[in-house]
Amino acid sequence: MNRQPHPSPLSPVELVDEYFIENRNRIVEVAAFLDRLDRADASIARTDYRVRALADAIGVLSSTSPRRVQDIQLLLSDPTTEPRPALDRKGAVGAWARPEGGR
Amino acid sequence: MRYIDHHAHMASRTTDDYAQMALTGCVAVTEPAFWAGWDRSSPEGFDDYFRQLMEFEPKRAAAAGMQHYTWLGMNPKESDNREMSIEVLRRIPALLPGPTVLGIGEIGLNRVTTNEITTYTEQVALAAEHGQLVLIHTPHLEDKLKGTRITLDVLRQFPALPAGHVLVDHAEEHTVEAILDGGFWAGLTLYPQTKVSAPRAVDMIEKYGPERLLVAGACDWGPSEPLAVPKFIAEMRRRRHSEALIHRVVFENPVQFLGQSPKFRLPAGVTAAAATQAG
Ligand SMILES: [Zn+2]
Repeated sequence: MNRQPHPSPLSPVELVDEYFIENRNRIVEVAAFLDRLDRADASIARTDYRVRALADAIGVLSSTSPRRVQDIQLLLSDPTTEPRPALDRKGAVGAWARPEGGR
Repeated sequence: MRYIDHHAHMASRTTDDYAQMALTGCVAVTEPAFWAGWDRSSPEGFDDYFRQLMEFEPKRAAAAGMQHYTWLGMNPKESDNREMSIEVLRRIPALLPGPTVLGIGEIGLNRVTTNEITTYTEQVALAAEHGQLVLIHTPHLEDKLKGTRITLDVLRQFPALPAGHVLVDHAEEHTVEAILDGGFWAGLTLYPQTKVSAPRAVDMIEKYGPERLLVAGACDWGPSEPLAVPKFIAEMRRRRHSEALIHRVVFENPVQFLGQSPKFRLPAGVTAAAATQAG
């Protein structure tokens, strides 16, 4: 794709100054959510495909990929290509129910 | 700063929302036909809804000092119902000459079923046949990637429909490149919980540049934000982007895309020259 990027004039430190607190907050929220699940039933991290997808996404966060957002989006996407033969429900849930242990 | 919200479900919003949008610089909205959150029980329900979009909402918008345009079509969420879709599509050609109807939309896929693909394909064919602009909804969350791929595949079967006449909306990081590479316009939808946040929308502008990218609030009956575009403008300023770049994204780009319809008029007091300058 031949397109002209328009980088922000903010310096790296200015970007951290601007966005650190809100992202600190987000990561604390994720930790609190996982602790909350543990208090309810620690096994849900293994049995619920949405929580498993979240755990995989957390792995991407600590990678050095320059496309972490795309990587996480793909990980949360239905990778199949065939249309559904019939409507199962109206809405999406946010993660794809891949087979346990599979990718 | 003046802006245009190309995807706003004003039928779901109050008159106060119109006023707030006008106060924050919104000069025009375009409203695609969509799902009400519940299925209509008859095709006549769509007749009334289309009348609301073509007659009532333009009056509410005008009272707030804004232009209102619309898009007509069978929305993705009800499009698996073939019987209903056939009836609704039968009604569309007679309505297309309406003075505020810009094209076919929002059409597309929801759960990516074979029925949805059939209805969507028929609507793309209708747009190609009648020389209409098209506004496409792409599916939510885990269905977005697969749905966007099939959406683009179908579009490529209609060479009579210029790619530049098609806006593929609700793009995200994993779909925006394929949409832009196809020569289509890509829409970024600013939603509080799903789709795209203002900081991520700015990231995509930074990464790909502003060409053929649009932003909208899509305010509807669910968690959504009528003032999403002004909040995006604030985020662009927070990132210290130029007023000229911001104006390009929130005003010049929609004028360029929507202006391909002869029915789209520049807001009062804006000349074509001024529309392409920062303001
Ligand atoms: Zn919509």
